[in-house]
Amino acid sequence: MVRRIRPTLLGYAPLLTTIAIFFLAYYIGAQMYPAMQNPQAFFNLFINYGSLLLVSIGMTLVIITGGIDLSVGGMIALTTAASAALLKNGASPAVVIPLMLVMGVVIGFTLGSIIHFFKVQAFIVTLMGLFFARGMAYIISLKSVTITNSFYKTLALTQIPIPFVSNAYVYSYALVGPLVLLVAFYLAYFTRFGRTVYAIGNNEQSARLMGLPVGRTKILVYAFSGFCSALAGIVFSISLLAGYGKFASGLELDSIASVVMGGTLLTGGVGNVIGTLFGVLIEGTIISILQYNGTLSSWWTRIGVGVLTLIFIGIQSLFYMRQKHS
Amino acid sequence: MNKTPLLKRIRESWLFWPLVAWVIILLLNVIFQPEFFKIGIIDDPVYGKHLYGNLVDVFNNGAPLILVSIGMTLVIATGGIDLSVGAVIAISAAMGAVLINPALGNKLISNEILTRNATNTPLPLIILATLAAGVVCGLWNGFLVSRARIQPMVATLILMVGGRGIAQLITNGQIMTIYYTPYFWFGNGYILGLPVSIYIVVAVLILSWILVRKTSIGLFIESVGINAKSSYFSGIDEKNVKLLVYAFCGLCAAIAGLILSSYVHSADGNNNGLDYELDAILAVVMGGTLMSGGRFSLLSSAIGAVVIWTFTLTMYTFGVPANALLAGRAVLVLIVILLYSDQTRQFLTRLTDSKETHRYLNKLMIWKGSRHGTSN
Repeated sequence: MVRRIRPTLLGYAPLLTTIAIFFLAYYIGAQMYPAMQNPQAFFNLFINYGSLLLVSIGMTLVIITGGIDLSVGGMIALTTAASAALLKNGASPAVVIPLMLVMGVVIGFTLGSIIHFFKVQAFIVTLMGLFFARGMAYIISLKSVTITNSFYKTLALTQIPIPFVSNAYVYSYALVGPLVLLVAFYLAYFTRFGRTVYAIGNNEQSARLMGLPVGRTKILVYAFSGFCSALAGIVFSISLLAGYGKFASGLELDSIASVVMGGTLLTGGVGNVIGTLFGVLIEGTIISILQYNGTLSSWWTRIGVGVLTLIFIGIQSLFYMRQKHS
Repeated sequence: MNKTPLLKRIRESWLFWPLVAWVIILLLNVIFQPEFFKIGIIDDPVYGKHLYGNLVDVFNNGAPLILVSIGMTLVIATGGIDLSVGAVIAISAAMGAVLINPALGNKLISNEILTRNATNTPLPLIILATLAAGVVCGLWNGFLVSRARIQPMVATLILMVGGRGIAQLITNGQIMTIYYTPYFWFGNGYILGLPVSIYIVVAVLILSWILVRKTSIGLFIESVGINAKSSYFSGIDEKNVKLLVYAFCGLCAAIAGLILSSYVHSADGNNNGLDYELDAILAVVMGGTLMSGGRFSLLSSAIGAVVIWTFTLTMYTFGVPANALLAGRAVLVLIVILLYSDQTRQFLTRLTDSKETHRYLNKLMIWKGSRHGTSN
């Protein structure tokens, strides 16, 4: 019995650690600032970090294949700017939203194809994707464009009450992240595509020798990440009701940080999307704590995110080393 | 005696492609806006007689980028990358501004203190502290990469995002304007009619060339870039080579930050050195250094940086807004990287492969011969 439980526990150890750290962080926050004991403070995490969650889901799959996607922040900025400009010129949301999603998939697909066919490192290609997307956003508009579309406004203001919890609600757009999380969970664990993703991350060469469709899966993973970032961009533009090329700057590190906190190895092959959810929640909690403490200035969150990433990468490499030794 | 024909030697030289790109851009200017080449002498009341014109500006404004790409070349040659150069520029600029007018703590600085054209720290100390800040940042990156074994991209991404926060922390979130005139000399001064920044660049270029080509450090860097593990087994201190290149890159970025903040008379944590990581990578790639590490050339990276600034200034004179250029440069990097990739090279060699051509010609000859045969 013990022999069977131990490997399982060890396998889930990073995930369990992440969940434990989240509860610990939230508990400490609630002790320091009683306002965080209000259930609404917890649901606010989903409202405020909805787009981060979306981006991180796509990023998780990319990192599991051993790659990285630095273009996410730029994609969000481009999506917000493009949709704001289109809506301003009278396009209907029924056209704009699918168009943005297609754009995200196409850009992700292109980046993935370049990475696969030309064998260029993923971070260079996606870094260029980041600058390209931001540049395009500036070409569309040099200034912030507000969205006055009534459909977007209703979406932005519709409150959905949480069942069984009184006085707690989320905005409609906050539900997109958890929904996509379920889809990604299904994709990663119950489909052939998901198993191929893990196989590539563990050893690309042997995955290819096993006859798995390595190229197709890699390209699809980047396309999925592009889709997630476009969706995150739409959520972002709904929540702020504006579009601008400077939005979501530095989001790539936030997202990598939450993926790493969720127990996904940067070297690929190990990790899961559920952990990423808790990674995002940890990051949200810590940023909230920094914000509740009114005396700290905004740049501390920047530095805080950097330090957090570093700590978790350190914890990870410790875990990894111990597994290697045993 | 070198038997290779001169033309081929020129074509295979490191400097060939960047120079071709430069000539093409200059030719564009010759055709569409000849006034780009106008160089005159102006008698400036502050800095004395000096040259002015777009070509001088290319080197003056491009100096920080040339410096950063020299550092970036060495980092890329070891198979790494430094995404934090922009943030390091901001940090060192902030360091310089703060030492002139201390803004630590929570008090805001009043205008009288700012505008009195004085400094709280002697100038040599300011320069030393600025450069030290850059070296410390570089050492931090190098430590993460060589000792903590974090991938270079993630390790430097942390400072790329966190560093701008640190720069704001140093200046207490303010955009600090500098009013201390001796400090302006680095970005605006002239020696013998040429901008000071050009002399700084040439000095750094020569010193780093001596460092990598007249000592064995250059060989070590290339060997680590080609195969870090086998370099380690052949007795090269691979960890310290990496530490050294990141520290050197930090130093280069710090000098760039000094020139930039002195040129724009201010330090702004959010905008100093924005997108320099993109331009530096572009310059290095254009210079022919492979992203996977190995052989490198400092001079061709520097020419790559000059090409970028000539291109940028040309576009400005055409009236293209600065932010819109970002997308174009990103596409340019990708194209250059794809051109240098193995797949494209194989494709090109297949096109020009002499064997294939011969086989084709033989077929043609046989076909012709057989026709002759039948006619006879």
